[in-house]
Amino acid sequence: MATQAPATAIIPQTAPRRLVLDVLHDWVTTVDHKKIGLMYIGYALIFLLIAGFEAILIRIQLAVPNNHFVSPQVFNQLFTMHGTTMVFFVGMPILFGFGNYLIPLMIGARDMAFPRLNAFSFWISAFGGLLLYFSYLGGSGLYGAGSAPDVGWWAYAPLTARVFSPGHSSDYWTISILLSGVGTIGTSLNIVATAICMRCRGMTLNRMPLLVWIYIVMSSLVFVTISPLTAAQIMLMLDRYAGSHFFDTQAGGSAVLWMHFFWIFGHPEVYVLVLPAFAFANEIIPVFSRKAIFGYPAMVAASVGIGFISLSVWAHHMFTIGMTSGANTFFVLATMAISVPTGIKIFNWLATLWGGKIHFTASMMFAIAFLFQFMVAGLTGIMLAVAPFDWQLSGSYFIVAHFHYVLVGAIVFMIFSAFYYWVPKMTGRMLNEKLGKWHFWLFLIGFHLTFDFMHIPGVLGMPRRIYTYEADRGWMLLNMIVSSGAFFQAVATLLFVYNMVWSYFKGPVAGPDPWDAWTLEWSTPSPPPAYNFVVTPTVESRRPLWDLKHPDDPDSHYE
Amino acid sequence: MSEAAVIPQNTNAAWELPSRGIVGMACLITAESAIFLIFIVAYLYYLGKSLTGPTPREVLELPIFTSICLLSSSATVHMAVSALHQGKRSLCSLWLAATVLLGGIFLGGTALEWYHLITVDHLTLQTNLFGTTYYSLVGLHATHVTVGLLMLSLALFFSLKGSLSSKHTGRMEVLALYWHFVDAVWVVVFTVVYVVGR
Repeated sequence: MATQAPATAIIPQTAPRRLVLDVLHDWVTTVDHKKIGLMYIGYALIFLLIAGFEAILIRIQLAVPNNHFVSPQVFNQLFTMHGTTMVFFVGMPILFGFGNYLIPLMIGARDMAFPRLNAFSFWISAFGGLLLYFSYLGGSGLYGAGSAPDVGWWAYAPLTARVFSPGHSSDYWTISILLSGVGTIGTSLNIVATAICMRCRGMTLNRMPLLVWIYIVMSSLVFVTISPLTAAQIMLMLDRYAGSHFFDTQAGGSAVLWMHFFWIFGHPEVYVLVLPAFAFANEIIPVFSRKAIFGYPAMVAASVGIGFISLSVWAHHMFTIGMTSGANTFFVLATMAISVPTGIKIFNWLATLWGGKIHFTASMMFAIAFLFQFMVAGLTGIMLAVAPFDWQLSGSYFIVAHFHYVLVGAIVFMIFSAFYYWVPKMTGRMLNEKLGKWHFWLFLIGFHLTFDFMHIPGVLGMPRRIYTYEADRGWMLLNMIVSSGAFFQAVATLLFVYNMVWSYFKGPVAGPDPWDAWTLEWSTPSPPPAYNFVVTPTVESRRPLWDLKHPDDPDSHYE
Repeated sequence: MSEAAVIPQNTNAAWELPSRGIVGMACLITAESAIFLIFIVAYLYYLGKSLTGPTPREVLELPIFTSICLLSSSATVHMAVSALHQGKRSLCSLWLAATVLLGGIFLGGTALEWYHLITVDHLTLQTNLFGTTYYSLVGLHATHVTVGLLMLSLALFFSLKGSLSSKHTGRMEVLALYWHFVDAVWVVVFTVVYVVGR
């Protein structure tokens, strides 16, 4: 700490106020990885609120039996938009936002490998998101307000055929995903090129922060998962506009082929989303345990292993279509095999915590909840990997509970953890710890009320995607509990938004290194200047700042 | 402060990283390969499943000459890059022109083939599953050839203008890599559509 010049720690807020237009022009034309990262995060947060609101509407509708809060048509649109938005316009951009912001800082570079491609990727993705929501206005021409896509986020054929999905709502869905896919591939390409070609002197692959490693794996996975989706969307567009027959069963086309193409994308996509959550955990858990990460090479190997195995598990989404027993067995075994590398990760994190001096900051509390919840989500995952069990529960609320346990319990928790950890670097202001803990506990209670209890109606036979149910099914109380949990989560999220706004203006000044951390981003002032580093750093170990703070006992002696 | 992280040791030791252009193009090629793979899977999956004619055996003829043109353009673009590397600018222009010409012949061949298929054999995207998968797969490849030809023509334009010099070798290598990829994909598409599929 002594080596940090105090002048940069206190941000002198004396810069002359600029015109709104100037500021706007600055942000629109920027190619700076930090600003693009922040725009990714901001845009994802806006969509998080929208898609969260849609979830609340869904839960109000399902809270009591025979409800008429929304019509069946609107309900279909709600779950379609909720799923599509959360995956493509919340999950992906928020993770790319953090990646964009952190990777150059962590490897001691001044920007990404292709700054202009970076800006292009962001804006094309943002345009995709806007287009998806423009469907509310333009889905059936301007007069047909309220005609958002209603084919589900998986858009199974032949639901998407012209006959069953007239108007343009499905086209908006297709094009918005196609565009966001282009942006995603652009950013992933950029991340890989940055991490491989822009590392500062001494930053060998073996010394790279685990976050960067995992982003390389995640981006490589994007090339082989988003591309099939892009290809399938091109086929769907040809079907809808040019009259081709890819998924047209009347002309011999196959609806199952769409399912395969979609899930070849869809399952690795889960790992594309969860790998960055692992990446955050790998940076945050060691710092708040005051120990170096346990098993660095095992972590890298496990991440790469997950990347490979995740490509051969997709058809576990399709056990109920009636595959051959050979195919069933293959996908059961592959799905079970993927729990081995994920298990390695869980044990490595536990071993990092073991004997550490744990600091229970808001960030760390979210990370610990992530550990537990991710494990539970993995356990129901292994249950569903067993084909006969899946035949019983596929298409029920048990599935919905399982994947929300991964997406919310693991990914969203870890994203919140990352916010509490890195926002001080991004804005130069600390988030309020007390509010953060309120946020944590409320969200935790809400999460468990909603998603623990959601498993049970699934086992009792409640199918997913239904807009209402009869009172005598025995799902009433359970659905009420599930819906009430959603409100806890909503309040907690609003508290978080308030905390972000409050801290931006009134939060205590963070200084360059508030957590006494070890990676290079904490060696820059908060927020870092446009050029990141005055002098490109040189590193000699995995924890360059530790070496600097402890010249008597540097890591480089042990690696 | 940023100086904090600087440990000025080994500053003279070599620290070389791969070219970002090549790495970026390799990533793009991986992504593009996945797109082609899906179209190829669709082609193979629907082979012989068309409910009506025409079938591939009835209408497709081996495009041997144009394929040879496209594949040899890989060699000419390689010659262009190595000429540029040695600073022989006019030689580079010559090889680039040859590449554009050969690529153009291939594209012209595809156009003629399609014209024949549409007007004589009445096979369109809408006719049957064969038409659907054939035009989309070959069309996807032709789109990539077109993009490559546009970029090669641009390089040729700059080369003729005299503004292409040996310091641009790195960039030309990236372009050449893309062109090799387009050619390699044609080998696969040719095998799938004209050999296995017939």
